[in-house]
Amino acid sequence: MSSLFTDRFCLWLGALLYLAGFASGCLALIRKSQTGGGRTILNTLLAGGFFFQVTGLYIRGMATGGCPLGNPFELFQFVAWSAMVLYFVVGPAFRVSLLGLFTAGYAAGLALLSLLIPEWDAVRGQKIFGNNPWIELHAALAVFSYGVFGILALTSFMHLLQNWSLKNKRLDGLFWFLPSVVQLDQINRRLLLAGVTLLTIALGVGARYWVTAPDSVNVAKLLITVGVWFTYLLVLVLRWRGRLVSTRFTWTCIVLFLAAMMSLGPVNANRHRPSIPLVH
Amino acid sequence: METPAPALFLLGASHHTAPLAVREKLSLDAARVTALAERLRQVSGVREFALLNTCNRVEIYGVAAETGVLTGLRRALGDITGCTPEEIDAVCRQQHNHEAIAHLFEVAAGLDSQIVGEAEILGQVKDAYAAAQEHRWTGPVLNRVFQKTFQAAKHIRSSTAIGQGQISVASVAVDLAGKIFGDLAPTRVLVVGAGDIGLKTVQAFQSRGAGSITVASRTLAKAEEAAAVAGGWAASMAELPEVLATADIVASSTSSPGLIITRDLTTTAMKHRPGRPLFLIDLALPRDIEPTAATLPNVYLYNLDDLARIAEDNLAHRQAEVAKCRAILAERTAALWPQIAPYLSAGSNGRDPV
Repeated sequence: MSSLFTDRFCLWLGALLYLAGFASGCLALIRKSQTGGGRTILNTLLAGGFFFQVTGLYIRGMATGGCPLGNPFELFQFVAWSAMVLYFVVGPAFRVSLLGLFTAGYAAGLALLSLLIPEWDAVRGQKIFGNNPWIELHAALAVFSYGVFGILALTSFMHLLQNWSLKNKRLDGLFWFLPSVVQLDQINRRLLLAGVTLLTIALGVGARYWVTAPDSVNVAKLLITVGVWFTYLLVLVLRWRGRLVSTRFTWTCIVLFLAAMMSLGPVNANRHRPSIPLVH
Repeated sequence: METPAPALFLLGASHHTAPLAVREKLSLDAARVTALAERLRQVSGVREFALLNTCNRVEIYGVAAETGVLTGLRRALGDITGCTPEEIDAVCRQQHNHEAIAHLFEVAAGLDSQIVGEAEILGQVKDAYAAAQEHRWTGPVLNRVFQKTFQAAKHIRSSTAIGQGQISVASVAVDLAGKIFGDLAPTRVLVVGAGDIGLKTVQAFQSRGAGSITVASRTLAKAEEAAAVAGGWAASMAELPEVLATADIVASSTSSPGLIITRDLTTTAMKHRPGRPLFLIDLALPRDIEPTAATLPNVYLYNLDDLARIAEDNLAHRQAEVAKCRAILAERTAALWPQIAPYLSAGSNGRDPV
């Protein structure tokens, strides 16, 4: 029994509960019911999924002796976990209708994708943080900021849906329950600011280590990471100055997040530490 | 000889049974409600009663020692309202026991209303019950029935789509504004044209807490007059470009044969308010707002046809929910009836049988 209770088993359970939460949310939506009962079922399933995901990541972290960010599988799991943390911590403050449903689908998608591609978890970097807690903090913060950008992409997607429904005068079904355009725009701005702040701190921490040992960081990884940070910063400035608004802003947030996620692979591959195969 | 069993009853008329002319006669003001209640108290065999009196219905719910008592109630209703016995017989619905409970459930849930799913009726039923309780007209049967009615009505509103979507043009416009802006308190409403429809729209927005109101008209005096009524500001048409740039919601309803708000004017206004949506409502025929303004980012344009179609769709959705609501209420009626029946058994004096 104990051998069955592995990190991947827990992560599978977590992902399936997220999927069940998404399915229950969709069902409630089809029944046109956003009642407390529907939300309670969704949140219970997400809390269960979160518990198993945390347990899986904890087991993995204990086995690897650090934050589990050593391969694409772990990175995707961590991004999904970050999104769920944000949903539970800041979600109630935002009070965004349907955010739980969208987060459930998003977290289930990321977690299942990572689990269904065995190659992503075949090898992982060996002592990738070199026993340096600052580097570990840098990596954790950077990936957590990707979680924030993930939620930003979700709320941007909701904004696009709401805009489409209002422009095309289609207000039934799912569209009825979407938050207002202004509310979504305010949340998007706050999430963008939070994500850029976290990524800036992460890069600041990384830079402190990098200046003492410039050769320790691969140039490609450095360029990609700084590129992602700079692009998000640019989007933030343009939004604040009213130069990038409405659907152009939301499309940018979605495309930028997809690009950032795709950059995780090259960033991970360009770590200079040797990789070791994993035995499950 | 078998003792006749007491019965829960409903006696009354509504828009379903009575034409407007009869409903006008049946309509009770406060004095006539008091007079009718006094008559009902004097009818021998009436143990409990409550009067539901709205613009579309007059209904008496009660518990009678036996159903023959209702003849006296009909007479009382005719005497107070001035309706002839024939009129009363023609329009009055009479139901007993679980049928009466089922009817009250449907009334409170808005299923029996002229505008299906409207929520105002629940408040009116609550008021009717509160008045009856205050005057000690109710007893153990009606108290339980009304409490269960409120629970059933709330359940229907929260678990079905019966109350979703507005069904008047002005209310649909306000709902749409909520979809764009969320909270309407910080929004600025601009009404172009000081006609009736524009002012009705203003009232709808005001009732939902919209912030400042500006009325623009060709004649400044007319704009000032309408603004005074709405408690807002007046502007002339010459000031339209400036006020358009600061407005969030624009309702235009002039009788102008040409366009009042062009795409170019909207484009210029949007440059002054980057990131802030603009909701344009064209209530005029011929139209006041250039249709291509809808293609601008962050601009949402709805005309009369759009609003009417949404109102019709909402009404159709509500009507589609009625069968579902009735099934839920039938279950609740069946669950309540065994709790009520012991009070109404033969020989019961109406007190708690336990």
